[in-house]
Amino acid sequence: MALQSLDIWRRSATTTPSPSQREPIEVAKLIDVTKCIGCKACQSACQEWNDVREEVGVNIGSYQNPHDLTANSWTLMRFAEIEENGHLEWLIRKDGCMHCADPGCLKACPSPGAIIQYKNGIVDFAEENCIGCGYCIKGCPFNIPRLSKEDSKVYKCTLCSDRVAVGLEPACIKACPTQALVFGSKEDMKDHAAERIAELKERGFENAGLYDPQGVGGTHVMYVLHHADKPELYNELPRDPHINPMVAVWKGITKPLALMAMAGAVLGGFFHYIGIGPNEVEEDEEEEKA
Amino acid sequence: MTNSWTDIKNANLILVMGGNAAEAHPVGFKWAVEAKAHNKAKLIVVDPRFTRTASVADYYAPIRSGTDIAFLSGVIRYLLEKDQIQHEYVKAFTNAAFIVREDFGFEDGLFSGYVEKEHKYDKSSWAYELDAKGFAKVDPTLQHPRCVLNLLKGHVDRYTPDVVSSITGTPKDQFLHICEMIATTAVPDRTMTSLYALGWTQHSIGAQNIRTLAMLQLLLGNIGMAGGGVNALRGHSNIQGLTDLGLLSDLLPGYMSLAKDGEDTRAAYLEKRTPKLLRPDQINYWQNYPKFHTSLMKAWYGPAATKDNDFGYDWLPKLDKVYDVLRVFDLMDQGKMNGYFCQGFNPLASFPNKAKVGAALSKLKYLVVMDPLQTETSEFWKNYGESNDVDPSKIQTEVFRLPTTLFAEEDGSLVNSTRWLQWHWKGAEAPGECRTDIAIMSSLFMKLREMYAKDGGAFADPIMNLHWPYHDPEEPSPEELAKEANGYALEDIVDPKDKTKVLVKAGQQLSTFAHMTDDGKTASGCWIFAGSWTEAGNQMARRDNSDPSGLGVSPNWAWAWPLNRRILYNRASCDVNGKPWDPKRKLVAWDGSKWSGPDVPDFKADSPPEAGVSPFIMNNEGVGRLFAVDKMAEGPFPEHYEPFESPLGTNPLHPKVISNPAARVFPKDKEHFGTNAEFPYVGTTYRLTEHFHFWTKHSKINASLQPEQFVEIGEELAKEKGIENGERVVVRSKRGFIRAVAVVTKRIKALDVAGKRIHQIGVPIHWGFTGVAKQGFIANTLTPFVGDANTQTPEFKSFLVNVEKDTGKPMAAATEATTQATPKTADAGEVDLPRRGWLFGRNKTEEV
Repeated sequence: MALQSLDIWRRSATTTPSPSQREPIEVAKLIDVTKCIGCKACQSACQEWNDVREEVGVNIGSYQNPHDLTANSWTLMRFAEIEENGHLEWLIRKDGCMHCADPGCLKACPSPGAIIQYKNGIVDFAEENCIGCGYCIKGCPFNIPRLSKEDSKVYKCTLCSDRVAVGLEPACIKACPTQALVFGSKEDMKDHAAERIAELKERGFENAGLYDPQGVGGTHVMYVLHHADKPELYNELPRDPHINPMVAVWKGITKPLALMAMAGAVLGGFFHYIGIGPNEVEEDEEEEKA
Repeated sequence: MTNSWTDIKNANLILVMGGNAAEAHPVGFKWAVEAKAHNKAKLIVVDPRFTRTASVADYYAPIRSGTDIAFLSGVIRYLLEKDQIQHEYVKAFTNAAFIVREDFGFEDGLFSGYVEKEHKYDKSSWAYELDAKGFAKVDPTLQHPRCVLNLLKGHVDRYTPDVVSSITGTPKDQFLHICEMIATTAVPDRTMTSLYALGWTQHSIGAQNIRTLAMLQLLLGNIGMAGGGVNALRGHSNIQGLTDLGLLSDLLPGYMSLAKDGEDTRAAYLEKRTPKLLRPDQINYWQNYPKFHTSLMKAWYGPAATKDNDFGYDWLPKLDKVYDVLRVFDLMDQGKMNGYFCQGFNPLASFPNKAKVGAALSKLKYLVVMDPLQTETSEFWKNYGESNDVDPSKIQTEVFRLPTTLFAEEDGSLVNSTRWLQWHWKGAEAPGECRTDIAIMSSLFMKLREMYAKDGGAFADPIMNLHWPYHDPEEPSPEELAKEANGYALEDIVDPKDKTKVLVKAGQQLSTFAHMTDDGKTASGCWIFAGSWTEAGNQMARRDNSDPSGLGVSPNWAWAWPLNRRILYNRASCDVNGKPWDPKRKLVAWDGSKWSGPDVPDFKADSPPEAGVSPFIMNNEGVGRLFAVDKMAEGPFPEHYEPFESPLGTNPLHPKVISNPAARVFPKDKEHFGTNAEFPYVGTTYRLTEHFHFWTKHSKINASLQPEQFVEIGEELAKEKGIENGERVVVRSKRGFIRAVAVVTKRIKALDVAGKRIHQIGVPIHWGFTGVAKQGFIANTLTPFVGDANTQTPEFKSFLVNVEKDTGKPMAAATEATTQATPKTADAGEVDLPRRGWLFGRNKTEEV
């Protein structure tokens, strides 16, 4: 099993064909919201492993700290107090990159190789190629990437691609005390989720289910929810996420022009980008398959 | 814990009350999650707040802080009324059938024997009726009106669902629903586990909170069972080790006790502590007390402790009273104690009524703080604005700071909640000139001994005679100390039944405390640790987690005291005939010739069931106590007493006896108790997952996860007071004030208590004036200086406060004026204390 393969599936704004010799297995992180105790060990481990440090902020009337994802906090426990029919629930959801099969960020990115999708499903940012345009932020249906004020580059969860590459689980998975976070092949994670959902239904959560939204081709970070019929209860988890139609417009018309400008309007560049056309068609076909 | 963390997975029902396991013990809580995921267990949370534990619970009910006894007594009443107890277990394994003395009684909130002047009980009537042979009388038919079960029925009869709901504020239907859930575990093949912590201990009735639950578990037959038990989750790494080693002012290692004034001879001391058998044929294990005590004296005083000098008995202190921390700080405040060694804790932040603690420290001549971090205590003399508004020019205490290593910078063993001694190896070298606590104390001792040798001094014997056989006397190694704690034979120990058989050779490590003697042939620093470092080596370093029984026993993982038993009282997991109550939970069983099974029997291994020995071998009557005889300060049955600061100002059950009549209140502290007229709301303190006490505010990552001090206020109260979520508020008690951000929440509901609407305010403890988190106020500025009557654990969980919007106006200083002179701080070594933060995540000093 080659969970750890970092063979590249596609890269932003790049035409070089991807390797196809090997067929790695798709990975997934499963977040079982019903087992999560909101301890933030994942947030802590994420900072530790990725060697980033969140600023010491302020409290604005919530357990949620920092208040939002930042260029240093790539994952965040979001807390929501919900009261329905007099029944109180404190829904705590670990937020972060969903590693979409059809990543809006990658599609939107104009900088060659700044966003990479590995064949195992991980969507990674290569900050050295990032030009700080912020298009990926607009392209993300989950509002995840954050622009750093320090270096004007965009950061987000890498699914610990560096750890996965050497056969380790992501840092958050290792830190989670209750096994609310588990990691493995996407198939195995779906099986595990099915067991959990059956158990939750037995316990009275009739609408328990898996969150693996098909509008973005499915995700490599999935949730088990007690109320899968109402994902918005969990701090506005989108019910049916799609890539913003503007990204499609950008891809179809604006992108070649903009890229042309960035290439310095070299004539040869123009012909080069003409070549993008067939490549895009290919991509769309794959989306249909997924 | 009677059981183990890993055993929680066997539970059918988990009651989290008096604790918040998911937040305060997130790693161990995995076993509760496991029980839910794979054992279909239900989780109940009863707490003033809807906590993160409640967020994964099947059922949550609110309760007014400090009323758990009323709640649980109501559950007991329910079980007795509905006859949902485990009859066979109760009859055979508890003192339900024992007959209590005729002069025992309870009236208007007081048990018989109250001595009002002393706030104490004469407990002579809290005893069984004895027969001619001195054995307790029993009535196996349970008909006798004064047998324990009938007295208990009478005692809890007042706790009807309506009364319970009126005292606790828990809605009646919710209370009854929980009663029903708990009652399902009265059958032999279902168990309930209880996870509690400081939410029960930190009350003036703390010990009785736990007793009530223990009684409930005995009635349900849940003690000694896999997935059952009474499980105290310890809040500090190695706090279990602290109590095991007797680091409380009145204890000795292994739960032995220091002598009291008047116990002038070893014989008198031992006689008092060696209980007499109260029922025929029982084991009465504490009859071995003299063996354990003598072995301790041999470990401490070596060859100097001889039969002729009563094994050095005279060298031990004799207590005139208990010197618990509240007493110590009261004495300090009165100017009766003028030097203090503060090792590994932070009293200014951790003890109640910060103003008093600060004033007390200001009266010291010297204060030595041994700690890896810069603590509030070590900075008590420094002005930090409103949060520590003192005038350094008026404090003459000389403060020495001795930087120590952290646990991760030293080898050694830690005892966890479940009595496992787990050896650990250092992960890093300590920075700068940090020294281990062992090295600091040893050097101090060597210096003192040298001075006594040179100059003499009053009563030099205990110092001069101390046995100090270590390779490096300036720093004994953890291995040497662990071996000594385990114990060793000084002479050959022979089998008493066959004198030709040598059990242990002279010089060898003991494998069990059963080999200890009372004539000086064995030495052991802590008898319950015997078996942890045997001739087979360091058992604490074992790391085989295989679990053949599937019950979470894992007998080869580290080592559990006593004798590697994982579940205490496990004999009670079988019926009187030695057959497991539930074959799926077989821990031990009688196999025809001995007790055997996955766990080490907590019993005499070759005692057949027909011999009639009962499972609770540490009790001299052999059974679990529903009636505590004379063991508790405030009564043999638990009774609901209000916190010393009560939001009702009365006790609905007995208005003349409002709070614990046996609790100790120092006269000056009484003046600092508030009333419900001035301070109408209940305050309760607690910790959050993101922080560990006052340490992790030194770590940038922890500080980022929970950066700023806040208090939690229910929506109803916030609306009443016009407080918006995220606004700053001032919370004040009779003792001082704190400023904090208001987290306005649905998770704290107003409760209807005795006709009043009661609001509770949550006060997390983690802030102070050192570290990298935002500077805050010490939460214990607010808390009252009174403790539990048995343990003196302070009442941090229930006190009175008021709350208002913070207008930013400066407040008057709460601290009392202190004496004069200039501050002097002598830091030993050059080590940069804030630099220690690396352990909790890299602490970039430059960012601070």
